[in-house]
Amino acid sequence: MGTHATTQAANAHLTTPTRLTGAEIVWATLYGEGVTDVFGYPGGAILPVYDALRKFPIHHTLVRHEQGAAHMADGYARASGKVGVAMATSGPGATNLVTGIATAMLDSIPIVCITGNVSSKVLGTDAFQEVDITGITLPVTKHNFLVSRPEDIAPAIRHAFQIARSARPGPVLVDITKDAQQGTAIFDFAAAAPPPHRPHPMRRVEVSALDQAAELIRNAQRPVILAGHGVIESGAGEQLLSLAERAQIPVALTLLGLGGFPASHSLNIGMMGMHGESWVNHAIQDADLLIACGMRFDDRVTGATATYALKAKKIHIEVDPSEINKNIKVDVALVGDLAQVLDQLLPRVATRNGAAWLKTIEASKGAVAVHDIKNLPDSGHLYAAHVMHDLWHITGGDAIIVTDVGQHQMWEAQYFHHERPRTLITSGGLGTMGFGLPAAIGAKTACPDKEVWVIAGDGGFQMTAAELATIVQEGLKVNIAIVNNGYLGMVRQWQEFFYERNYEATPLVSPDFVKLADAHGLPGRTVRTRTELDQAVAVARAAKGAFLLNIHVEKEDAVYPMIPAGNALHEMIRRPGKKPLDKPAGNK
Amino acid sequence: MLHTFIAYVDDKPGVLTRVASLFRRLNINITSLTVGRSERDGLSRMTIVCEASAEAGHRIRASLFKLENVVDVDDIAQAPNVTRELALIKVAVTKELRSQIFELVEVFRARIVDLTAESLMIEMTGVESKIEGLIEILRASDCCILELCRSGKMTMRRSHHVSSVVRAMSVPANESEEPRPVDEDAPALPQ
Ligand SMILES: Cc1ncc(C[n+]2csc(CCOP(=O)(O)OP(=O)(O)O)c2C)c(N)n1
Ligand SMILES: [Mg+2]
Repeated sequence: MGTHATTQAANAHLTTPTRLTGAEIVWATLYGEGVTDVFGYPGGAILPVYDALRKFPIHHTLVRHEQGAAHMADGYARASGKVGVAMATSGPGATNLVTGIATAMLDSIPIVCITGNVSSKVLGTDAFQEVDITGITLPVTKHNFLVSRPEDIAPAIRHAFQIARSARPGPVLVDITKDAQQGTAIFDFAAAAPPPHRPHPMRRVEVSALDQAAELIRNAQRPVILAGHGVIESGAGEQLLSLAERAQIPVALTLLGLGGFPASHSLNIGMMGMHGESWVNHAIQDADLLIACGMRFDDRVTGATATYALKAKKIHIEVDPSEINKNIKVDVALVGDLAQVLDQLLPRVATRNGAAWLKTIEASKGAVAVHDIKNLPDSGHLYAAHVMHDLWHITGGDAIIVTDVGQHQMWEAQYFHHERPRTLITSGGLGTMGFGLPAAIGAKTACPDKEVWVIAGDGGFQMTAAELATIVQEGLKVNIAIVNNGYLGMVRQWQEFFYERNYEATPLVSPDFVKLADAHGLPGRTVRTRTELDQAVAVARAAKGAFLLNIHVEKEDAVYPMIPAGNALHEMIRRPGKKPLDKPAGNK
Repeated sequence: MLHTFIAYVDDKPGVLTRVASLFRRLNINITSLTVGRSERDGLSRMTIVCEASAEAGHRIRASLFKLENVVDVDDIAQAPNVTRELALIKVAVTKELRSQIFELVEVFRARIVDLTAESLMIEMTGVESKIEGLIEILRASDCCILELCRSGKMTMRRSHHVSSVVRAMSVPANESEEPRPVDEDAPALPQ
């Protein structure tokens, strides 16, 4: 790949219509769409496409399981803001993608998946390795295409890219029959351009609504901005900062919004929702105005909707009209791209003094900080919170952190402070265990110059651990921190709180992860104390290639605070009364 | 409450599945659904009737719009409209009963479209209640309904309502991302 000759040829195809095979058209179109990397796994029904790859300057990463390919495309997209691409063969290859596609769907991540299928003549006959993948993925894609003629390939792929990245992004699948790959057609990149993006007629911002929103902001005494993933997807960070600073409004973030507003900013009050800090959720419950920016009032952030922020008027700025009034009834809906809407709203917003309300929120933090585990003296126990805090501290908060799903994910969100967008990559909507390692491979591929860490639980890591070999084959420097608590920790926590500590199916035997790394030719270290952690992180960062840390932490620790599912936002389980310190040990 | 949506959709394979799948996902039963060609080339027109809460209308319409193959959606709600259904009814009749059926058909302004020694077929167009009325009387009579086929509802707004599809189509491509002017006819977003 990447030779001068292939680049020249691929460029020529884009400007001069040429007769190509369907397989060549796949790559030529991807190249034209700016694709440099594809994650995939071959098989009979996609072999013609693989055979044509050598003619194009596109890098292919061989994964170990197609779920990994979809997660890598997803991690690539989240890290770079570009469309990620995954490829698989028909039947089992295609079905293996599904979890990854659903993960991207629930978090609105633009990926395009290309699958091969059996020849069009035998479609629908239960031919070898035939599945109806467009049928299967219909509810978990923004759209999908079944292509059975070579001339339809370029328009379908180009349309797929447009759909994937337009408005609210999401995954699109293009299923291409083998005969379409083998046949030929004139490849005319320009002529294959998709029809202009059809705007959703319900996506509109009325002047009266903008005025109404500005009026609500002007009159609010206790406003809170709720910032979600849309801030990052829309690139609205600057506008959000202007709004918050001009009107002195505190900002609470969703899990996927982390990084959308600088953690160190004095107006950032922290993460909201099920594992959000108490003062954040209390501020929302006490607010008289909520300005929801690119978030969807997910049940993980509202708790019981019947008791959610009852005193607050609500402004909802959201690109997807079907989200308006879906979970929470709002007073003003501004339906459009967040950055554009904020650009329209900002001139109407005057400076405001928010000191009193900010002081109230600050006061409501009370003694919470001294109960915080990171402020407790080193008792010889290593808590996951320490791990996150120290990782943040040592990396200077600059790294891209990719988490898996579970307790460690929530601790990361609480203790790693993200200053910039796209520095936290995590599966929020679907909560897909096994996401971390492959998504980190995608992120590192997209941003080779960035420091990339995977933080995974001992459970989730084992779901996609096979991708260690992909890291080796690709020579990627991905640092791996396994937060090893010997349990499917988050489920154990639910059993502890809600199922009388009946730890059914949550104790977990794991391989020696350092030996596992070693078997792949990767160095690693086991860590049991906080002192060891410091050194191990330094060694891992300094290592030339990937490095694995197997970090043994407290086994039966729980994530606090926690709002039990279905409770009101202010009804949370607080941190148990560990003896508060006279003075906090301070941030190291 | 009963919702009626008019959807213009691409006339392509799989589009009906996408629309139906959306209702399935929302766990909403489709009461009736009719599809056929529309006044626009390449677009089919659907009338979808379903039972859902009053607030669900906005969400269903917004979700339908999100489907790539759906070009326009109108929520008829309480707007003045003409709604019709077509029914074909085959009844077994003896010679003696025939004249009685003929009379009924006359009263209901239906038509006999097929006649054999032992059966006849009635075609009837009208509002749902009228069709149900005829069926009820037939059931109560001495003749036996052999087959019953109903088209489901077809709905069209009354008067000079300009379907928003026409305007959607007339928006020049380069303006398509611009915020659109207030649309008087479309149900407004709750503000
Ligand atoms: C694919 C998948 N299966 C099951 C779950 C349910 N689940 C959520 S968190 C969790 C435990 C995760 O355990 P581990 O990876 O060890 O992380 P920890 O919570 O201990 O940090 C499970 C089983 C899930 N989210 N995803
Ligand atoms: Mg664990």
